[in-house]
Amino acid sequence: MMRSRFDEQLALLNREIIEMGALCEEVISLASTALSEGDIELAAQVTPLDRIIDQKERDIETLCIRLLLQQQPVARDLRQISAALKMVTDMERIGDQADDIAEIIMSLNGRTAEEHSHINEMATATMKMVTDSVDAYVKRDISLAQAVIAYDDVVDECFVCVKKNLIKMIAANPDDGEYALALLMIAKYFERIGDHATNIAEWVVYSVTGIHKEIKI
Amino acid sequence: MNIITAKDLCLWYDTLQALKNIDVEIPEKTITALIGPSGCGKSTFLKTLNRMNDLIPGVKITGSVCYQGKEIYAPGVDVSELRRQIGMVFQKPNPFPMSVYDNVAYGPRTHGITSRVKLNEIVERSLRNAVIWDEVKDRLRKNALGLSGGQQQRLCIARALAVEPQVLLMDEPTSALDPISTSKIEELVTSLKEKYTIVIVTHNMQQAVRISDQTAFFLLGELIEYGNTEQMFSKPKEKRTEGYITGRFG
Repeated sequence: MMRSRFDEQLALLNREIIEMGALCEEVISLASTALSEGDIELAAQVTPLDRIIDQKERDIETLCIRLLLQQQPVARDLRQISAALKMVTDMERIGDQADDIAEIIMSLNGRTAEEHSHINEMATATMKMVTDSVDAYVKRDISLAQAVIAYDDVVDECFVCVKKNLIKMIAANPDDGEYALALLMIAKYFERIGDHATNIAEWVVYSVTGIHKEIKI
Repeated sequence: MNIITAKDLCLWYDTLQALKNIDVEIPEKTITALIGPSGCGKSTFLKTLNRMNDLIPGVKITGSVCYQGKEIYAPGVDVSELRRQIGMVFQKPNPFPMSVYDNVAYGPRTHGITSRVKLNEIVERSLRNAVIWDEVKDRLRKNALGLSGGQQQRLCIARALAVEPQVLLMDEPTSALDPISTSKIEELVTSLKEKYTIVIVTHNMQQAVRISDQTAFFLLGELIEYGNTEQMFSKPKEKRTEGYITGRFG
């Protein structure tokens, strides 16, 4: 096997993506538990982790650009590096949105998401999407990546339910409007996290097949 | 339209088989890159396209190569006329030890053109097409060996263009050149595609990606994969192509 230095750098890139993916799972898990338990301290743990995610994004971008410059990759190497470069942007956004959710939770003074608001369900669903998209990358598993892409519809449906429930909640108790809006924002952030996980899964498909959203690149 | 079609082409150097059942169709006015490790048969294949291998003793060829629908290995083919229509540029610039003008006029003169006016016209047009006119127009009578390597190679391209070929075969035309001269030749080759069909052997994968429309990957005398260049360099069909172009074997 030639190009052992290049292969080492690709393995490093792989490890970095997996670590960044694990951090994304962790922040969503923290935000989601903090929401269901009204745990402000748990929510406060998200911001420092988000900073680590931001740093990871910069490190991985630097590594990818250096590999493009030094190795002029083609074929699967090119696909792996360009997919990584695109995926980190979505991962970084996932970190930001988990941080935004945590910030809202801290402003709720310990109130939890209402039992029937479907938000907890959304949180679980998006966490699964992020975990599976990173897993699909690690295992180069196209069917898992495609399952993630399909699962985004479940999250979107949840979001519609959340909206309806919150409208009912505001109608029943107009004084709680601010709380309902806070929950709506949280739900929207989870919905966006689902979109980012979908993007990640689409780049996983590309890195294996060379096809991105049915277009050969 | 395909200008050259090779079918079931085999070539032996005495007992050593250098090409094995090659099937390739080369579309007109495109650039085809031939890639593969040293000794894979790509230069041999290139030379079969204008019968340059005829000059090597012990060569045996079977199968067929058609140029504009006609078999080039058929008896009675005018090889000199074939090589006028399918010109060649080599790895190392090889200008003749004579003036810039005489280098370019050499081909037309051997084909019987003697008119001074006509020759002047051909020399200027060929040098312009090879994007070297501005650099040599004031030294046409100077010895071509005084030019830089990159200029010499463009002069050789001008010399090849002077006999009005249809196809240009290029055997690693930039491997002896610096990056600036290389990029000038690449620009030139890309612009020549408007009028000519180009087949180029290269060891530079990035060059193949930059300039060619289709790529043929040879290994141990076999054509492993042939197709659209961008597709081959982003998602090759064959594992062996992937291994070679990503630098993991060969």
